[in-house]
Parts: sequence; structure tokens; C-alpha cells
Amino acid sequence: MTNETFTGHKGLQLEVPLLFEEGSYEKAGVDLPQPSGTKSRLGDQGAEHAPHLPAFTEPQAMRHFVRLSQKNYAIDMGIFPLGSCTMKHNPRLNEKMARLPGFADLHPLAPEKTAQGALALIHELQDWLCELTGMPAVAMSPKAGAHGELCGMMAIRAAIVAKGEEKTRTRVLVPESAHGTNPATAVQCGFTVDKLPGTEDGRVDLEAMKAKLGDDVAAIMVTNPNTCGLFERDIRAMADAVHEAGGYFYCDGANFNAIVGKARPGDLGVDAMHINLHKTFSTPHGGGGPGSGPTVLSDALAPFAPIPAVVKEGETFRLIEQEEGDFADSFGRMVAFHGQMGMFVRALSYMLSHGADGLRKVGEDSVLNANYVRVRLAEEMTQGYPGPCMHEALFSDKWLKDTGVGTLDFAKAMIDEGFHPMTMYFPLVVSGAMLIEPTETESKASLDEFCDSLLGLAKAAKAGETERFKNAPYFAPRSRLDETKAARQPKLRWVEPEEGAMAAE
Amino acid sequence: MRYLPLTDADRQAMLATVGVETIDDLFSDVPKDALNPDLKLPDHKGEFEVERHLSAYAKKNHAAGDGPFFAGCGAYRHHVPATVDHIIQRSEFLTAYTPYQPEIAQGTLQYLFEFQSQVAELTGMEVANASMYDGSTATAEAALMARRITKRNKVVMAGGLHPHYAEVVRTNEELIGDTVLQAPATPGAGAVLDMIDDETSCVIVQSPDVFGFLRDLEGITEKAHARGALVVAVVTEAVSLGLLKSPGSQGVDIVVGEGQSIGNALNFGGPYLGLFAARQKHIRHMPGRLCGETVDADGRRGFVLTLSTREQHIRRDKATSNICTNSGLCALAFTVHMSLMGGKGLREVATLSHESACKTADALEAIDGVEVLNDTFFNEFTVRLPKNASQVVDSLAEQGIIAGVPGGRLWPGREETENLLIIAATELTQDSDIKALASALRAAV
Repeated sequence: MTNETFTGHKGLQLEVPLLFEEGSYEKAGVDLPQPSGTKSRLGDQGAEHAPHLPAFTEPQAMRHFVRLSQKNYAIDMGIFPLGSCTMKHNPRLNEKMARLPGFADLHPLAPEKTAQGALALIHELQDWLCELTGMPAVAMSPKAGAHGELCGMMAIRAAIVAKGEEKTRTRVLVPESAHGTNPATAVQCGFTVDKLPGTEDGRVDLEAMKAKLGDDVAAIMVTNPNTCGLFERDIRAMADAVHEAGGYFYCDGANFNAIVGKARPGDLGVDAMHINLHKTFSTPHGGGGPGSGPTVLSDALAPFAPIPAVVKEGETFRLIEQEEGDFADSFGRMVAFHGQMGMFVRALSYMLSHGADGLRKVGEDSVLNANYVRVRLAEEMTQGYPGPCMHEALFSDKWLKDTGVGTLDFAKAMIDEGFHPMTMYFPLVVSGAMLIEPTETESKASLDEFCDSLLGLAKAAKAGETERFKNAPYFAPRSRLDETKAARQPKLRWVEPEEGAMAAE
Repeated sequence: MRYLPLTDADRQAMLATVGVETIDDLFSDVPKDALNPDLKLPDHKGEFEVERHLSAYAKKNHAAGDGPFFAGCGAYRHHVPATVDHIIQRSEFLTAYTPYQPEIAQGTLQYLFEFQSQVAELTGMEVANASMYDGSTATAEAALMARRITKRNKVVMAGGLHPHYAEVVRTNEELIGDTVLQAPATPGAGAVLDMIDDETSCVIVQSPDVFGFLRDLEGITEKAHARGALVVAVVTEAVSLGLLKSPGSQGVDIVVGEGQSIGNALNFGGPYLGLFAARQKHIRHMPGRLCGETVDADGRRGFVLTLSTREQHIRRDKATSNICTNSGLCALAFTVHMSLMGGKGLREVATLSHESACKTADALEAIDGVEVLNDTFFNEFTVRLPKNASQVVDSLAEQGIIAGVPGGRLWPGREETENLLIIAATELTQDSDIKALASALRAAV
């Protein structure tokens, strides 16, 4: 039996040409009324021809995109243990709610009176977020986690400007283990970045941090639980120290899932923290967004919150769209309109479903699941740092030493086992890092299958079965892709082949 | 607890495996007095209870489809084929992460490549990225990109740039000490040219602009390039690209825009879809994800995220932007809708939208005291009313008509614009809607 087929398809594994190769310039998938031939008012700005883009009829479109979808791994198919990404189950009730015409078919500039329900929903979500974080205020407009970071750091910058210290407070302290967005955000706000070293047990080195504090420090940006999956046990001392030095504490809330319902950043001395609704509060990640990054603010920063904001006056909800009243000192607008309404509906749907009791269980089960995986895998793999973890378990590549198998190879072999790999080579403070976040929506049976498989692979690596790893994955829609070629000769769009070039190939 | 699979027996067994007695032993690093706070929030609810709670909110809103509807200004109500929503709810698209493992994410990567190709073609540019949050943040990122390329620190914005976009640019640029200038927001005025000098990094021009006027991008580009400044063209109504000369064909350097109006619902302002297109020579200065074609180890075509040395997860404090998560699923909705229309279908939708707007303008021009200000427009135009437009919009809303966006909403407290009403139409606008608007407006003024 040959491995080749006449079509190039392999059973259920169907090859998909590009839209530009199978689409048509004659037929389309929409039927529209005839234009009436009204006189144009385009002046001299009208184009002579339609854009040169092909179309599908509806059945062709369905097939093209469904076939494409089948080349993706997804949380609905199995565990998606990307550390710091919180890939949990996305309830479909949330999708249904977000599509109610009262939300989905509502214009952002509709008169306030006609959008009271939407404003009321945002207001209720604000209450939930403030209560869950123990913070007095929340800015709803940030569009994603990194945008929330920008919001928090902009508020910090505005507070510093208000004190007349913008010329001197220019340095931001960021741990080596931080997400790349942290230093990038600080720089985008005009700050310089200074690295904070870690301790041997994977936390921020408090003494080293204190030594770096001074009247030129604007803020610290610390993730908690941190990117090693550990709770910063000195968090209050860190907050006190930075406050004493006249700076602010930005907390990266990417890992809030571990402590939701269990502990509140507001009780720990934090001044600002973004919340990824697409992580902790189950809005789908959508293959790269949309996200939503509401940012909670302390009393010290609340006056500088961005506009717009939703407030309640008596029984009426108002949208504050200019710098007035309580928002006179706002740092301004960071987005058109009012944030990710579609994500707000989904997140509130999720919060209402879980309630206070359920959300606490979310935090607990996410931590329990991670520790269970940690302990089981520690049989063969080396933990990044000793002791229990929060919602994600970190391993180094020490246990792979001399096997000829690296973290990347191991991860690619996981694909053949039917799993999405964990986060790799991050955080940077651990050699060949493997960061596993199972989330609370995995069952014990699912975790056992995952652990059994990884332990099997680990033993195989140690037994010298390098072939299983070196060219993995073998059973995916594609084998390893040439990323160097992609970067050296960037081909970022379809280009019509020259006449006859196809035949010559 | 329908989303939590662990049973109590599982939990006990797992705690034993982990080697602790209670779950709180795993939270021992949390300060004792901060652990298990008393939350003043309700307990869990079943599915129909949640549905009831949220539906009550939804019912209090007047949806665009509930009556005659003429609002635009950066968010447009076009028809979205049923196929689009079905595809974007496929589990494999909806519940996937950013495609970091290309071997098992070719579905996402290939549609991103198709999306980039569509956006590049529509804008008339050489390359496009895999999306930004929305049009306004894409505009701010374009200004930052122009700053990197020109090493200059002054942004000039046309008066017809959507005021929210202008504010977002200002918020971002002023953080780093740059100068931001904007020409006055006056319908039809073209004062921006006098403001370009040898320190200008870029000129930001929207066309159709916020008042609906079509701008001559070619003329502006010529002047800007003569002073060494780049031109950023902003498109807030993506459907216009089906009927108008592309910004790229008029020589601009960067095109940014809002892609919502293709494939995506109004959603009260988000999630939306930022479009970002540029010239090939500037790709290493671009923000955001880029998807590129390559081959796998067996020589088969495949796609990967590429040129990531521009990005925060590699370059950290030297990245071109801090953006990470963007608008992947909204880009899919755009791609599916575009692939159903093709270039020809888009031109038809654009033509129908333009005709709806022309008919609306004709009907309103016949009303005493209502003045249409535009000499040119695509599907949106501005009228001057003899009284405050916000009051008129509110009174028409009482009658179930969303008449448009009043000047007072976009430029609060500014007298020159408070009698202005900006009116948009699309292929969904019916003759009966236009009649209803005209007769209500006649009565109101």
C-alpha cells in the first residue's frame, strides 16, 4: 500500500487550497438587489473596478472553512495546557447571550436612553470585578491584557505627572521572569526598564528590589501568581516598599485564575491590575483574540482612569465621555467607544453561572489540578522550583540532559499524543522551561491520561528513543514548519502567479 | 457547578496524591488574613436563571434592527450572512489559542494569510498584518510606527479624523512627549496641509472622513512626502473600499482602519477589528502579528507566525508594540464574509449603501431648515439643523428612530458642531426607513 493518494487528501485529513486558488471571479455567495442607478456623489473618488478578490458560493465557503477548521487543535477537543494562558472551557451559554440583538445589534453611539440595559450590564460587571479584586475602581475600555497593562501604566504616569515628578520618576522595575508585554508596555509609556532578579525559589528578590528603589522609580510591574506559577509571598512587603519610595505597584493579572475567590489583590497592596476576561472569565480566545482587559485601580489611581466610564445616577446609567466631574483628571481615551461589550456579556454570564461559591472553587480546582500534574510528572521530570505551585506547574529541561531530546522536541511529540503542548521556553529564568496550566475544567481522567502520556514520553526520551522526538510531530496536518525560511523570505500575502508559471511547476 | 468536572472524591484523592490535607494548604503563601475573603456576591445560578437575568438587560436596549436606523461614525450596520456566524462558532476556531504551534493550527494560520491578502488588496497596499484591536488603536500604532521610521516627533491630524481616534492618538503620543496637532473639526475644511512641516512624522487623514466627505489622499500625500512626512490613511467604514479608489493607489504609506462593517456585528462598540496595512519596505517596523507562507519538513506548503523579532515576547522593551492578543476571530468573520462577497459582491454592497445614502440625502434636503453639507460622500453625510441635534436625536429616539450621531455626542461642549447631525445608510436601509426619518425630522425642526 502506497502512502500517496491521487488527491493529496489522507482520509479525513483534507488538503485545502487557498481561497485565491479555488475561489471564483464570476460567482459569489451573496444575492443582492439590483442597484437603482442613482446618480453618484463620489466626486472623483470612485474606483473604476471592483477590488480583485475571488468569492465562494455558500457551499464552497462552508467546505473551505470547515476543512480549515479541522486542522486546528482546540480546547473543545482536549487539554490545552499553555501556561499563563488559562485555556479553560468556554461555555456556550455565554455565546448565546452575547448574540441577543439587544447587545449584538446595538450601536455604540446609540442615544444613552436607548442603551440603558447595556450600561446597566457593564455597571454590574464593574461591581463584580471590584468585589472580586477588592479594588475601588475599574476601567472597562482596554481591549486585551496588554492594553490593560497600558491602561494601568498610563494611570501611574498620570499620577506621577500630577505630582510634578515626571522628569525624575522614569524607571520601572520588572522581574526577569515577566511576560514580554510588561517591559514593552513600560517603554510605550515613556519609562525605562530595569530588571529585578529572582530568588532561588522563583520569587522576586525583595532585598534586591528594595536596593533598586529610589525617587526615580515610577513603579514595579509584578505578576502574581508569578510566571513560575508561584505566589509572591512577600507581596505586601513589596507593596509597602514601593509605596514608601513614592512609586506604584502594577500587578499583571494574567494569572488571576489561581486566586479568584480565594484572595484579592486589593487586600495585598496593589495599585493597578488588568484582568483578562478571555482567561479567568472564560471568554473564548478565538485563535488570537478578541480579548478584553478591564483594569482595576486603587484609590490613588482611580482619579486618572480613562474615559469613557459608566456611572449610575439615581436609577439612570450614564456614560461619561469627556473629562468632567470625577473624571476631570482622566488620562484620556485609549480606544474608540467603550470596550469589548461582547466580552462583557460573556464574562458576566460566566460569573453569574459560577457565583461567589463557584468562583472560589474555580481558584481551588485550578490549583489542585496543577499540583496533581506537578506531583505526578515530578516522577520523571525536574520541577523548576521546589514545593507546591499555584495554577501552573513549571519544569526545566534538566531531566532531558544527555538524552539528545530538547524541550521543543518533547513538546512536538506531545502533539502526536493528541495534546496541545505546554508553554515552552518561558519564563526565561528556567532552562528549557515547560509551563503547564491545566485549568479547573479538566477532569481527573483527563489529567491522568495527560500525565500517563507525558511520563511515557519522558521514559522514552531517557531510554534513547530519539526518533520519536526529533522529527515529531508525525501525525499532525503538517510536520515541522520552516520558520527560518518564512522570516528570511517573507511572503505575507497571496500573489497571482505569472501566466504559465503554474504549468511549469 | 456545571463547568467543574472534579467530584469531591476526586478532590480528596488528588489532595492525597499531592500530599496535603486541605486545599488551603496549597494557598499557604497567601497572607492568612487575606485568604478566603467574604465576597458580597450571589451564589451560582443555573442556565435559565442566567439567561433570564441577562435577557432582561438586553430587552431594555433599542436594537438597531428595531426600527429606522441611521447611526455610523465608525460602526456600521451591514448584513452579515448566516454562514459567517456558523463558521466563527466552530469549536476549532472559537476555542483555539494564538497559533503558536503551527503544525496543529494551520486552520487559523491559513485564514490569517487569506485575511492579510484580502486587506492588502482592498487597501491597495503591499502587506497587511493579522489584525489590531480596532481602528482607533490601529491609528495610534500607525503614528508610533511613523515615528520609528522618520525619527520625528510631531503628528498632524486632519480635522475630519474621528474625534475618538484623534483622542487615542493623543493619549498615546503625549505619553512619550511628542507633539500632536489637529486641524479644526469643520465639515469640508482642508486646513491640514498648512500644518505639515519638516518635523512632521506623519499626517493622519481619514477618508471618508467623520463628516462623510471624501478626501483627496493623492494631493495630501504629495505635499507630505515633499516634507519627508509619511501619510497614514484611516478608513472607518471598510465597505467603502469596495467603491472608492484605494488609499494605496493614492500613494499613502500606511493604511489603518476599522474592519467591523465586514462580517462583524455592532456589539455596542466591541469587539471590533483593527486593519493595518503598509508598504513592504516598512514591514520590520510594523506592530502586531504577521502570518507568512513557508514549507514543512516534507516540502508541503504551510503557514507560520513570522518576523516575531519585532514583537514583545521576543524583543521585550525593544518591541515595536506591546500588542499580544488581537482580534483573530473578528478577522475570521471578515475573511468569511469577504470570501462570500468577493470583490464584485463588496462593490455591490458598497453601491447599494451609497445609493441608500444618496436617497436619504435627497429626502432630507427637501426639508426646510435642513442643510446637507457634503459635496461628496460615500454612505454617510452631515446635515446642519436649525437647532441642537442631540435634542432632535433624543426626540426621534422616543419615536423609535435612531436618526444618526449628533455633533454634541462626538464633540461635547463645542458650539460649532452641536447643530450637526451625521447620518449613515447601508444596504439594509429601506425606503420606508428614509420616509420615516424625513417625516419625523420635518416635524422636529
